[in-house]
Amino acid sequence: MSIAAGVDIGSTHTKAALLVDGQLAGTAIRRTGFRLEEAARETLEEACSVVAVRPEDIEYLTTTGYGRNRIAERDLQVTDLTAQAWGTRRFFPATRTVLDVGGQTMKALRLDDVGRVVSFRLNDKCAAGTGAFLEKTARYLGHPVEEIGDVAADAAEAVPISGVCAVFAESEVINHVSQGRRAPEILRGAMESLVEKSVRLMKRVGLEPEFTLVGGIMRFPTMVEVMRRDLAQDVNVPVGELVQFTGAIGAAVLSAYRLEQAGGAPAARIA
Amino acid sequence: MSYAAGVDVGSTQTKAVIVDRHAEIVGRSLISTGADVVAAAQRAYDLALEEAGVEAGRVGGVIGTGYGRYKVEFGDTQVTEIVCHARGAAKMFPGTRTVLDMGGQDTKAIRVQPGGEVIDFCMNDKCAAGTGRFLQSAAAALELHLDQLGPTALRGKRPVEITTTCTVFAESEVLSWLSRGRKVEDILAGVHHSIASRSFGLLKRVGIEDEITFTGGVTRNAAMVAVLEEILGSRLNVSEDSHYMGALGAALFARERASGAATPAGAGGEVA
Repeated sequence: MSIAAGVDIGSTHTKAALLVDGQLAGTAIRRTGFRLEEAARETLEEACSVVAVRPEDIEYLTTTGYGRNRIAERDLQVTDLTAQAWGTRRFFPATRTVLDVGGQTMKALRLDDVGRVVSFRLNDKCAAGTGAFLEKTARYLGHPVEEIGDVAADAAEAVPISGVCAVFAESEVINHVSQGRRAPEILRGAMESLVEKSVRLMKRVGLEPEFTLVGGIMRFPTMVEVMRRDLAQDVNVPVGELVQFTGAIGAAVLSAYRLEQAGGAPAARIA
Repeated sequence: MSYAAGVDVGSTQTKAVIVDRHAEIVGRSLISTGADVVAAAQRAYDLALEEAGVEAGRVGGVIGTGYGRYKVEFGDTQVTEIVCHARGAAKMFPGTRTVLDMGGQDTKAIRVQPGGEVIDFCMNDKCAAGTGRFLQSAAAALELHLDQLGPTALRGKRPVEITTTCTVFAESEVLSWLSRGRKVEDILAGVHHSIASRSFGLLKRVGIEDEITFTGGVTRNAAMVAVLEEILGSRLNVSEDSHYMGALGAALFARERASGAATPAGAGGEVA
């Protein structure tokens, strides 16, 4: 049995994934907070508990995400870009363009036919194009993050929200609320502005199909629907909660690959 | 007529000023703008009249300014806050050639002629970084009142380096410095430095010429004044009434308008 792990320590959430003999066996997620080592250890323990293996049985650990270099037990650390390239191709081998919207960053990547990152663009300076923007808007409207999808799905139309600055957008939202606009339409408007920013970033790496969209907010069907409309292209989205785990899974796939190269373990299946 | 009024409806606070026939301030008020902008404008005006002990009927002219200037429904006309801050600053500090206005959601650098006419200006129209909002986020993260920020930051000896541009992310950066064991005063000193250096960038774009007058809500923050003076290598004109500079400028225009003078060119123009 080969046990390969990946942990993605993001600015907002930490995700762990475990591959047993090349097959995805367990995942776990929690808020990162400020103790990065603790977040990594806890998610790994939880992912292990799903398949009843012990954390010390992990043969190879790859870390990624903004806290990747803070985890002493790692065997390898890779950038988010590398991890996403491996993770998205695991699910969708023909992926050429990836959009990853995280809590505080937005990344567009272009991959070549063997999955190497040939170009990328990233926004980590401005909340307007990130999950934080949507979360803030939802909070202001009195909805927790988990409800964003359901609330936005109920929109008959979108209230225009400028995607220039999350702080300015908040004033716009206040105005819309005081003018009697409903939460679903406002949230839908926020999604549209986020999508507009995403597509602009993707254009800068070149819009080459297939497209794979990842990151927590892709759990919301409205978000994916608007992306599909604005790109005028079909898009791949990992099923359900997996949208949040492609970085961690990519890191785990790399771990499995390294184990296989070392020859110690049975062949891990690599996408 | 003996009096004139200016109402400055900002994104965060609404200010009103009443001036007498000698153009001296006789009443002022400051309230949170909140969601009902029309009501805020009216209430600020009423409070300023009350402080001045003046009946509304004795006010010969009212001008609205600030982002909510069109919500001053009882006003005679509107003038942009850029023009009003310049006018107010020139009245209070006649040597003013450069104005830095730092408010709740925007920061503006304005270059003015003697007398207060605007030559050029520059503002953060795309992003709330470098505005009072950044201080608000830091205050929220540290659970401090806005008024505590300045005094606390002044005690900071080793400012941290704030790398976040976006105000939304500032909160988590502040907390992460805290978790790394840095002192609150050093973190706040860093926050003030970060905002001041952004303002310096704006000022350089319009050209910095002495005297520099600091206006807007953040003028009440002594640490911001100190850090700006350090970066600029120059003293800033600041007074107790700097927070009311936009409203003062509007009141001065209202006074001139009521006595038959033309309102400034482009005064009703749109500035984002």
